[in-house]
Amino acid sequence: MTTVSMTVNGRQVSADVEDRTLLVDYLRNAIGLTGTHVGCDTSQCGACVVHLDGRAVKACTCLAVQASGSSVTTVEGLAKGDELHPVQAAFREHHGLQCGFCTPGMIMTAVDMINRHGGNLDEATVRHELEGNICRCTGYHNIVKAILDAASKMRMPAAAE
Amino acid sequence: MGMEGIGQRVVRKEDKRFITGKGKYTDDVKLQGMTHAHFVRSPHAHARIRSIDTAAAAAMPGVVAVLTGAELVGDRIGNLICGWMIHSKDGSPMKMGAYPAMAPETVRYVGQAVAVVVAETKNQARDAAEAVVVDYEELPAVTTVLDAIKEGAPQLHPEAPGNRVYEWSLGDKAATDAAFAGAAQVVSMDILNNRLVPNPMEPRSAVANYDAGDDQLTLWTTSQNPHVARLVLSAFYNIAPEHKLRVIAPDVGGGFGSKIYIYPEEIVCLWASRKANRPIKWTSDRTEAFLTDAHGRDHITKAEMAFDANHKILGLRVHTYANFGAYMSLFSSSVPTYLYATLLSGQYVIPAIYAEVDGVYTNTVPVDAYRGAGRPEATYVLERMMETAARQFGVDPAELRRKNFITSFPYQTPVIMTYDAGDYNASLDAALKAIDYAGFPARKAEAKARGKLRGIGLSCYIEACGIAPSKAVGSLGAGVGLWESAEVRVNPVGTVEVLTGSHSHGQGHETTFAQLVSERLGIGIDQVAIVHGDTDKVQFGMGTYGSRSGAVGMSAILKAMEKVETKAKKIAAHLMEAAEGDIVIEGGEFKVAGTDKKMPFALVALAAYTGHNLPDGMEPGLKEGAFYDPTNFTFPAGTYVCEAEIDPDTGKTTVVNFVAADDFGRMINPMIVEGQVHGGLAQGIGQALLEGTVYTDDGQLMTASYMDYAMPRADDLPSFDLHHTTTLCPGNPLGIKGCGEAGAIGSPPAVINAITDALGVRDIAMPATPARVWNAIHGRMAAE
Repeated sequence: MTTVSMTVNGRQVSADVEDRTLLVDYLRNAIGLTGTHVGCDTSQCGACVVHLDGRAVKACTCLAVQASGSSVTTVEGLAKGDELHPVQAAFREHHGLQCGFCTPGMIMTAVDMINRHGGNLDEATVRHELEGNICRCTGYHNIVKAILDAASKMRMPAAAE
Repeated sequence: MGMEGIGQRVVRKEDKRFITGKGKYTDDVKLQGMTHAHFVRSPHAHARIRSIDTAAAAAMPGVVAVLTGAELVGDRIGNLICGWMIHSKDGSPMKMGAYPAMAPETVRYVGQAVAVVVAETKNQARDAAEAVVVDYEELPAVTTVLDAIKEGAPQLHPEAPGNRVYEWSLGDKAATDAAFAGAAQVVSMDILNNRLVPNPMEPRSAVANYDAGDDQLTLWTTSQNPHVARLVLSAFYNIAPEHKLRVIAPDVGGGFGSKIYIYPEEIVCLWASRKANRPIKWTSDRTEAFLTDAHGRDHITKAEMAFDANHKILGLRVHTYANFGAYMSLFSSSVPTYLYATLLSGQYVIPAIYAEVDGVYTNTVPVDAYRGAGRPEATYVLERMMETAARQFGVDPAELRRKNFITSFPYQTPVIMTYDAGDYNASLDAALKAIDYAGFPARKAEAKARGKLRGIGLSCYIEACGIAPSKAVGSLGAGVGLWESAEVRVNPVGTVEVLTGSHSHGQGHETTFAQLVSERLGIGIDQVAIVHGDTDKVQFGMGTYGSRSGAVGMSAILKAMEKVETKAKKIAAHLMEAAEGDIVIEGGEFKVAGTDKKMPFALVALAAYTGHNLPDGMEPGLKEGAFYDPTNFTFPAGTYVCEAEIDPDTGKTTVVNFVAADDFGRMINPMIVEGQVHGGLAQGIGQALLEGTVYTDDGQLMTASYMDYAMPRADDLPSFDLHHTTTLCPGNPLGIKGCGEAGAIGSPPAVINAITDALGVRDIAMPATPARVWNAIHGRMAAE
């Protein structure tokens, strides 16, 4: 067992885990944040995407001990109180989710994508950069719309971080 | 109509918890003292179990129990059932081998469970499962239907000689033979429908908890119909009497049919929880999902269509071999029979149809209903035939279809179904206009100038939804009637709880069902809670599949609403000293027509519960229940057009435009309807271009992860162009037809018709991967 400590959504957390514990299992089982999901065993589906020190990673491809000392943001850490993150709001507005299972990973990927491109996105780029996230419900149509809309809103100076 | 009533594009109530990570899925359940299960699964497609040595595993750290199939049988846990009896042509009932939840003696597919390890942690269970030693005697295996019915093929079940489950037929053979004898032209094709893996993004999961104090079992499970699960677990598997078993299907991450069934893992976890006296969680990993979730499709069909000299269809003859895998799953028997052959008339007047279906066992994962279930297979056969016929005759594919459309309703097909309403010309017209059908030759020429091959393909689909009239399905062999229940509970403060037997796993019931209440009572949808998915809360229900939640589930709610309104009007009339017939409900208020007398709905509700001033003889309270049994299936239909471009250098197909024109009857929330179509189209295009399930000859599943099974991704798909035409369904009070599977049903033939058009070939097998297309272009199809 190893004590793994990190900042998750701005809060300092710590837990003793086996060395082989994946970051996603640490978040879900040791810390109790179940918003991050596990959809596959091969890092293909993207349901487990979180931000590690500001960059999108698949939490099933990263050991908890590797993330020790880092800052992690999960889907639970996006909204500011009752105020949804623009990407969360856009997914709802454009019906970019159905069963909701892939949604946390989709949203975390989208936030990272928009951040990296400074909000300057077109449909082809969004579709290409979603290659690491699988959805079986929505046909992606509304997810792409939601991301483009959120990107355009986040491009406005008032919404800039 | 209010802002949140019927027909409005209301954003979903349930989204808030999903987008903030607060959804509650089965794997999120955590109980005090919870243990974890890991299954020991067969690495062989067909083998006899000589012995299982569990001693080493049982001694490993954290292990609570190691249980085998022999112990399961010893405890008289029942075999899995198939719930729809099909009789062969000769009148004999279908022939089935026993399907134990864990194999005690013989395994028949790779991945079949033979033992389970229960341990304190998931990793401990997984480690210990590695230490379970199973001594197998390998047997020869067979994976395809045509091999399985050959003389001398490996035999799966002694009860099913020749691996044949049934040899069933539907329609009039003599009339069909006569139609072919008099035909001017005949079109013949061999048509394959590739096996798909459902792949809901949430893997199946079960949490079983035995409470020894109350002798009560609780199961949280990824189910589309928790009540049916409880009924079957109680009545057939000897798990617990119904009143001692609670089944909860909380947020469920997609089902698409694959979560209708009761699977071995749920049975084993419940049994093991009682045995170990501990809560147990099992969650499938993705490879387990590939190896154990019921697969879909897998048909081989020989089809022939007879036409007269004017290109009018005279008859259709179909012989289909359906691969059932190693065991008969819960609904599997009905899929290639009553859900498939009954739709073989399509949108067309076909005077004579004769369909033969042979159900066959193979050493593969059981096959059952998946996203359309039989309807995609029927549509694929018909729409490939129509397109091929048009090309064979040298006529326009749209015009050939138009010439044969059913135009008068109700219409009795030769294969049981009575279509109630439709306008197939309207959806064809809308689709052709949207795609600019007339402009296609110019676009093809332009693509050719760029060195690309462009093709266009049509598909005019029909499906039967709103499953189903209980008497009808009962007469056809179904084990249960398929009505739906609802209860509307008005609280004293005027908020409303609706308890429904439907189950939402992405369909947005918490919003659409609330929209119905909002429409009727004029209260906001936030004043309405939809309660579902828990057998302790809702008395009974049949769950969600086959687009039945709107047509059947909402009709039950409407019936209960009407009872509530009738009583509430009596109360309002009494309170306002008016005649009951003069009371109208408008904008959340009860008004006396022709006067300015009114009172808010909430005050009427309060009066019902305070009970001081009710009409004489009236019971207090405002809560009503209803059961609704439909009189007929519903028949959504539409036209899909795919325009595809192929790069001859790589064989890659790009869908450049996809138009869908659907008739779903009344839409409660068009935004949600369109979302469901998008998802179905992604599945259908995925089946046509990407998704294929590959077994080796000895039964190893080669496509058992997302590394090997090509799921459609955002980059594989276009944005879709959706249109609607509307004929209301006369069979239910809301006029709803259903939309859930349409995209998956209608799109595969449209895509393949576009590809064969682009390539100028008669056929190409699904999935039309770049390799297959490249080979078709470069004349090496034979090498496949």
